[in-house]
Order: sequence, then structure tokens, then C-alpha cells
Amino acid sequence: MKSLEIRDLTVALTESPDQPIVKGLSLTIKTGEVHAIMGPNGTGKSTLSKAIAGHPDYKVTSGDVLIDGVSVLEMEPDERARAGIFLAFQYPAEIPGVSIANFLRAAEQARLADGENVDAAAYYKRLYSKMDSLKIDRKFTSRSVNEGFSGGEKKRCEILQMAMLEPTFALMDETDSGLDIDALKIVAEGVNNLRGDNLGVMMITHYQRLLDYIVPDFVHVMYDGRIVKSGDKSLAIELEAKGYDWIKEEFATASA
Amino acid sequence: MTTVSASPFTGLDAERFATHLAQRSYLPAWWIAAKQEAWNEFNSLPMPSRKDEHWRFANLKGLALEDFQVPEDHSSLVPRLPDFPQASEIIFSNCQVVGRTGLPQELADQGVIFASLDEALRDHSDLMRKHFQRHPVQLGGQKFIALNVAFAASGTFLYVPKGVKVDLPFVVQHTLSGDRQSIFPHTIVVLEDQAEASLVEFFVSGDTKSQLASGVNDLHAGQNAKLTYVGAQNWSDDTLSFQANSIHAERDAHIQCLNVHLGGRQARHESHSRLAGPGSHCDMLALTVAKEAQEFDQRTLQTHQAPHTTSNLLYKNALIDTAKTIFSGLIVVDPDAQQTDAYQTNRNLLLSDKAEANSLPGLEIQANDVRCSHGATSGRVPPEQEFYLQSRGIDPAKAHELIVFGFFEEVLSRLDNEQLHTVLSDLIQSKFKKS
Ligand SMILES: Nc1ncnc2c1ncn2[C@@H]1O[C@H](COP(=O)(O)OP(=O)(O)O)[C@@H](O)[C@H]1O
Ligand SMILES: [Mg+2]
Repeated sequence: MKSLEIRDLTVALTESPDQPIVKGLSLTIKTGEVHAIMGPNGTGKSTLSKAIAGHPDYKVTSGDVLIDGVSVLEMEPDERARAGIFLAFQYPAEIPGVSIANFLRAAEQARLADGENVDAAAYYKRLYSKMDSLKIDRKFTSRSVNEGFSGGEKKRCEILQMAMLEPTFALMDETDSGLDIDALKIVAEGVNNLRGDNLGVMMITHYQRLLDYIVPDFVHVMYDGRIVKSGDKSLAIELEAKGYDWIKEEFATASA
Repeated sequence: MTTVSASPFTGLDAERFATHLAQRSYLPAWWIAAKQEAWNEFNSLPMPSRKDEHWRFANLKGLALEDFQVPEDHSSLVPRLPDFPQASEIIFSNCQVVGRTGLPQELADQGVIFASLDEALRDHSDLMRKHFQRHPVQLGGQKFIALNVAFAASGTFLYVPKGVKVDLPFVVQHTLSGDRQSIFPHTIVVLEDQAEASLVEFFVSGDTKSQLASGVNDLHAGQNAKLTYVGAQNWSDDTLSFQANSIHAERDAHIQCLNVHLGGRQARHESHSRLAGPGSHCDMLALTVAKEAQEFDQRTLQTHQAPHTTSNLLYKNALIDTAKTIFSGLIVVDPDAQQTDAYQTNRNLLLSDKAEANSLPGLEIQANDVRCSHGATSGRVPPEQEFYLQSRGIDPAKAHELIVFGFFEEVLSRLDNEQLHTVLSDLIQSKFKKS
């Protein structure tokens, strides 16, 4: 079992380090667990996930992020990825002219030791089988990464990458947003297939709907840069019934 | 103004020129005369000066020719380029032919000629004479074109008779090695009416020494002919290189030109396409990877001389470190050339803050019913692309490489020939490997 420990983390924009967005957040995710993080827009959910992945726009001003007790904060984003962190983006970037096949191959190559090379035949076999199970047309291998993809195609492509790269910890940022119910089911099935003892998931979502398909072990409510409430799946159902307003009322005063 | 009248340098001097001519006394008189005339022209033309618009932004000091020598007639080890299916191949080392595959009999039977300059001058002198420097490039580099003609010893003549179609490309490799050595390759391609063929030329250094190359092409496509020309250079990082492309398209001819620029300390490329016959079309494409202190200077001219002609120029530069590129392009539409479509696009991808991309696009339109556009853009690698790749475990250098390839793909994907696409990709990749 491995752990991703977020310890009293404070994150600000690199350009304005004295205005924290994430404000002393703590959370430990172990492999085998799925943690849902819910919260209103603008609360810092994406900031949290990008800061963990090492996005240069964000600065960790205090606290730490550790994998099995080892801090990742000094690592470059690519090193963190190779250490097992995978960020499924809320808004995946388009890379014109770079095919999915070449891109994923470079990502796999990056995980090999010097002198070792990706076995092309085995690679394509794996890629095609993962694409088939995510109902992604095999023709997509030669399409440019995310370019001209629909919202649903982008999200499925994120899951495809996750399936190929087999991370230890997946940070999934609103993977459900913009998906119709069929696409949501495919994506959820893809994630459920990856669930298991070797994967820990932090699943950021705005809607309870996703949690019907990917049942979380823990649910955390995030508000104004902090986790203000934790519980099990019933918390999500409560949120769905009551909306976020009661959270805002309860904690806006507290933090003011 | 700095004018250099008599040639002051030792290597490419009058004595060397006299020797060069004397060694070629067996060649046709018109060729010898052309060389003599070119030598005179070379000596009378001044070196480019600051005031010369054609040389704006260029490093003029870097153009000094003093140190270079006419190559000894020796051959050395030739770097092998990856094999790909081809009709026939000629390999030069310095100015010598060191390897070639025979022309397939069926092509020879149809009258196709693929020969080194010397062979062509011996066997097809009149045909060559007709097309040699028929439409010279005049984009500022005349002095260096004259130098090419004066000392040209290596090069090829490709002739495809009327209606003959050759699927596989003809391939020429020029290799330059040895300290302060120089070569002056001259390529003549003639496609008669309805002919189809492609020629791929590689220009590479066999070592990392300081070298000089001045190459010239005369490319000619007859009526309804289809010509593809690819020139890829990967000179040593200490090479001074000039290349002049002359492209001439007759009625309904279709020409595609792609130049790949990788090597050289300072590399200048001039390309002039003349859409001479109605309905003719020319694609002018270029890809450049500029690294460290390299300078790539590209000057283009698209001349539309006849109605219903189209030309499409797309030059893409990727700049790394403190590299510098210059693109200066002009579209000229003659009064008669109505219903012309002419496009000119220069895109620069800056992978470093210290790189410098200069763009000087231009239009000169004398017809009223035309569609012309020109555009130049320069931009940094979008940070969200960089982070996306890194977040998948790809290191920053490899991420840049992928982004550059992505940027180039728009051009490379225009090649019909898949294998050639791969060969060029590999060649470009080698630039990212050598550090
Ligand atoms: N790159 C950025 N530039 C400017 N403001 C940002 C940036 N990233 C986040 N913010 C601000 O930080 C706050 C939290 O944003 P975000 O993390 O995207 O929230 P969430 O994902 O919970 O909706 C918002 O007020 C947002 O405007
Ligand atoms: Mg968000």
C-alpha cells in the first residue's frame, strides 16, 4: 500500500504568493481508496490538483505533498508523473500535430531506463485494447492530441492515458463535466476497471451524479480552500439534496 | 559601403580558378565560357552591404569567404542516410561521385536521364545548356550564385521526357568533409510536358569542420508536369551555406518544393518561383530548426506572370537557444495575371527567450482580380501544452521536441511519400539528439 499525503497545504498563484487559494488543506489518500472532493466553483479544487502535479502557475507557500513520506515538491512535473502522479485535466490542452500514438509512446518511453525502447507491437496491442474498452475509435491514434475533440472525447482520452500509464495516484478534475449520460457511463466504467489495490484516486466533482457510477470510499467537501466536512457517500447525497448554499452559510461566517 | 573588388582570399582565388578550368578543358566550350563569365561576375560584384535591402538583418561579417578552399579531389567516408525506395541515387563526396545506383532500364528506355554534371555535359550538352541558369534567382545572392557556377563540379541533371511518369523519387546526396573545404553543387531538373517525377537532395557534412557550400538549382516543369523537389541540409554547425532555388512552372504545371534546414553556422536560402504559364501552381514549403547561435536567412519571391496561377508558401521555423531566423518574402502579381491566388505564411515557434525571428512579408500586386494574403506569426510554446506533456512524464526537452514535430507536421503531412516523411522526420530528430 502506498500513500499520497497532502499535509497542511497552502497554495497561491506564483504571481501573487501572498493571496492563498488553497488554505492549509490536509488529506491522505491510500492506494485502493477513492476520495471524492466536492465543492462550489472557485473553491480551489483545480488549484489543489494542479499544484500537486507541479503546475508552474501555482506556488506551494507552506505545507507539503508526500508520496510514502517523500516530498514531491522539489520535483519537476515530469518527475512527479514518473513517480506515479497522474492529473486528468478539467480542460485538457490541445497539441497540434502530435498524434495520440506518438504522444503516449513518448510518455511510455519516458518511463523506461536509458537504452530500453518501447516494444512497438506490444504497445499498439495494449493501446488498441484500451481504446476498444473505452469505445474510442482506433483511428484516433493518428489524430492530434485533443485537437478538435468534443468534450466527451477529451475526457475519454484522459482516461485512456491513465489506463496506459498506470499511475499510483490519479487526480481526476471534473472528469464528468460536459459528459452526457452515455459518455459518463463509459468513463465511469473505465475508471472502475482501473480501481484496485494499486491505485488511489482523488476525484474532484461538482455533481453527485458521477458518484452513482464511481462509488467513493470517502467524500470531502471543499470550501474556500479548505476541506470543511468529510464523510462517506451519504454526505454526497446530502449535498445533492441541500445544495452548496448551506455550506457557504455555515463556513463563510467561520472563515470571515 | 564596403566594396570588395578583387577577390582577396587565398583559397578561391584566380589561380585556383584557372586550375579548376584547366582540369575541365574536356568539357563543352559553352560550359567553360559560362564558368569564366561567372568568375568575372563573382569578382565584380560587391559583397553584400548594410544598405542592401536583400540582406537586411543578416550577419554580413559571417559571409567572409577568405578561409575556404576548392576541395581537393578526394573522397572520404560518407555518412549513410536511411534507405527508402527510390528510382536511382547518386552520392557525392566533396565534388566526386562515390556511389550510385544504375538507372532502371525501363526508365532509360523511355529517355529519362539522371546523370552527374560531368556525364550530362558529355552526353547531353545541348539539352543541359538549354535549361542551365535559364531563369536565375535575383534575390541578393548573385555573387554566391556566380561562385557556384564558376566552381561547380558536382551536381546532377534530371531529365524526364514528355509524358513519362516516375513514381519513386530520384535521390542525390552531397557530402562535404575536411577543414575549410567547399562545394558548389548545381542541380538541373527538367520535366517535359505531362511528365511526373520527384527529386530528393540531401546536403550533409561528413565531419564537424568549418566548410562552405553554395548550391544552385534550376527546376523546370513543362506544361501539365508534376514536379516534387525536396532539399534537406544538415551541414556541420560551422558551415557557411548558400542555396538558390529557381522554380519555373509552365501552363498547368504543378510544383511542390520543400526545403529542410538544420545545419550550418549561417545558412542563406533564396527561392524564386515563377508561375509562367496559366493554371500553374507552386507550393513552397520550408522547415527550419535553428539552434544555439545558428542563423537561417530565407528570401523568397513568388512571381505570377500568367492568369489563374496559384502559389502557396508556408515557411516554419523552430528557434532554440540564441538562434536567429530571417524570413523575407515577396509576392509579385503581374498586370496580366488575373485570378491569381497567392499565399505566403511564415510561422516562428520560439522555444527560448533569447531567440530572434525576423519577418519581412510583402506584396506587390498589379492585377485587380486576385486573392493574395501574407502573414507572419511568432509565438512561444504555449505553456499549457508544455505542462500537459510534462504531466505525462515527458521531460521538458522531449516535450519541446514533440511540440516542434507537431508544429512541422502541417508541412510534412503534405508529402505524398510516406517513407520520405519518415526519413525527414528522422533527420530532423537527429538535430535534437546532437547536443
Ligand atoms: N491561473 C489562474 N489565474 C488566475 N486566477 C486563478 C488561476 N487559477 C485559479 N485562480 C483563482 O483561484 C480560485 C480557485 O480556482 P479553481 O482552483 O479553478 O477553483 P475550482 O476548481 O474549485 O472551481 C478562483 O478564484 C480562480 O479565479
Ligand atoms: Mg475546477
